[in-house]
Amino acid sequence: MERKKFVSLMVRYGFYALVIYFFVWSFQKNYFSYLFKETETFVLLTRQHLELVAVSSLLAIAVALPSAVLVTRPRFRQTEWIFTNLANLGQTIPVLAVLALMISILGLGFKTAVFALFIYSVLPIFRNTVAGLNSIDDRLIDAAKGMGMKPHQILFRVELPNAAYSIMAGIRTAIVINVGTAAFAFLIGGGGLGVWIFTGIRLFDNSALLSGAVPVTLLAILADYLLRLLEYVVVPKGTRPSANA
Amino acid sequence: MITFDHVTKIYEGDVKAVDDVAFTVEKGDICVLLGPSGCGKTTLLRMVNRLESITEGEIRINGKSNRDLDTIELRRSIGYVIQSNGLFPNMTIEENVTVVPSLLGWDRKKKRERYHTLMELVGLDPAEYRKRYPHELSGGQQQRVGVARALAADPPVMLMDEPFGALDPITRERLQDEFIQIQREVKKTILFVSHDIDEAIKMGNKIVLMRDGKIMQHDTPSEILVHPKNEFVSRFVGKDRAIKNLSLHTVEDLQKEIGLGDINETIQDTKTVNIHQDLRNTLSTLMNQEAEQVIVTDDHGEKLGTVTIDHVQRYLHLEIREKAPVSTEG
Ligand SMILES: Nc1ncnc2c1ncn2[C@@H]1O[C@H](COP(=O)(O)OP(=O)(O)OP(=O)(O)O)[C@@H](O)[C@H]1O
Ligand SMILES: [Mg+2]
Repeated sequence: MERKKFVSLMVRYGFYALVIYFFVWSFQKNYFSYLFKETETFVLLTRQHLELVAVSSLLAIAVALPSAVLVTRPRFRQTEWIFTNLANLGQTIPVLAVLALMISILGLGFKTAVFALFIYSVLPIFRNTVAGLNSIDDRLIDAAKGMGMKPHQILFRVELPNAAYSIMAGIRTAIVINVGTAAFAFLIGGGGLGVWIFTGIRLFDNSALLSGAVPVTLLAILADYLLRLLEYVVVPKGTRPSANA
Repeated sequence: MITFDHVTKIYEGDVKAVDDVAFTVEKGDICVLLGPSGCGKTTLLRMVNRLESITEGEIRINGKSNRDLDTIELRRSIGYVIQSNGLFPNMTIEENVTVVPSLLGWDRKKKRERYHTLMELVGLDPAEYRKRYPHELSGGQQQRVGVARALAADPPVMLMDEPFGALDPITRERLQDEFIQIQREVKKTILFVSHDIDEAIKMGNKIVLMRDGKIMQHDTPSEILVHPKNEFVSRFVGKDRAIKNLSLHTVEDLQKEIGLGDINETIQDTKTVNIHQDLRNTLSTLMNQEAEQVIVTDDHGEKLGTVTIDHVQRYLHLEIREKAPVSTEG
């Protein structure tokens, strides 16, 4: 146990050292010049990026949570496999196929980008929520019924709180991946920090590339951190995995 | 009072889990549903608070059919304890205990007071456990909280499905003893599922012994031990039923029938038993020590006389073989 802790600490500090070295190096080479030269563009691109992530993630949550709750209701239990299979099928359709389809319907631009990001966030959230709700011990639901809870009370007082960890993990994973994936929005005219990244790649301009890529990375880390904080608030203490170790 | 009026339960696929069951649990009694695995005990229990539907017949609580009551209200007025994992992991101990009062909309002060009373009743420190979570408690403590939770809204009727089943023998026995004490105070009408004959004898005023959904015998524990109605009952009760029956009698009963032996001051080191101790435990004490006798004391430690194996044997013969049926009172 102690050894494991030690190794993980070393890995973490080693990683921090690398990151710091990287920053010092890129500053020396003046690779972040874009951030200072074109601050206004930077702010605009960041805002676009955040909008892409926020809109698509919120849509994904708004669709995935209720439908996961719905398919786990007793009445729908028998049909749940259909939804799960649909969700799994969705996961196997290539990004490009969905994009091609959506471009032909919505055209290029923000909407198509949001839609693509939405499609790829909705599945992990849906599946994690279903898994979380399904993993609740039947005896718990039974006890809740036996105490005289109404169906909505069982859902809000027992099921959702006990599945919260799994649900939050799904949302966090989806959003963090979403931050990274949103860089591709540039390719379909959706804007965002991908603009600089892809320009940089095309023109072999490290400065543009890094001025786009580093903020995206930092955003992803920040999102992860904030969502972990939220998780800490939302997930009841008695249901965190460390609680049962 | 709970009345089962020719109740039958047929599950989908023609499984007859309960077959024409009729009996009554009197107010303030503990009735133990006893029988081998799969005989329909849980099903019968769960039909009372309508967690299972009734295929045929009727269950009446205080004369009212449970079909005519609102399901939610019915369940809130019945305490329900299950074997394990019945506590909600997302709630603190206090929240768990006051689940039903919360559903009933009690105010915070009343809930807090109730929590204190109940935790003291089940022998747990209210302040220490208030903010703890179920996973931080031992199995025995969790089960105590489960009992407290079932008692929270002071329901007249309690359903208990193998509440002490998942515990080690020592903890189980302690919780059984404690629960008997609690029942003396609260006097609930209780339906108690068990598959352990010893637990049934200990906890029950009445035992309903079941097999394949049918009642084999409905009687007092001593009647079941002394007069098993059929082959199945006597096999279920076991060969040692005479010994088991001893646990229904106390040293005091023996004293009344045949008197105690004189105290022989020359024998040193003999153990003592309380006059209210049951004869089964007294017999084990006798057999586990070298001496021939144990000294009987009253509640103040006053020595009253002695008991030997011979006494127990004579009493067994007189009381259980010949004078049966024996009443459980006393
Ligand atoms: N939901 C169900 N659907 C179909 N059959 C069921 C269902 N629940 C129980 N049964 C069947 O009904 C019979 C009685 O089951 P029940 O759970 O009441 O037994 P039990 O006496 O409580 O057993 P145990 O001591 O193992 O808990 C069994 O044959 C069981 O397989
Ligand atoms: Mg059972």
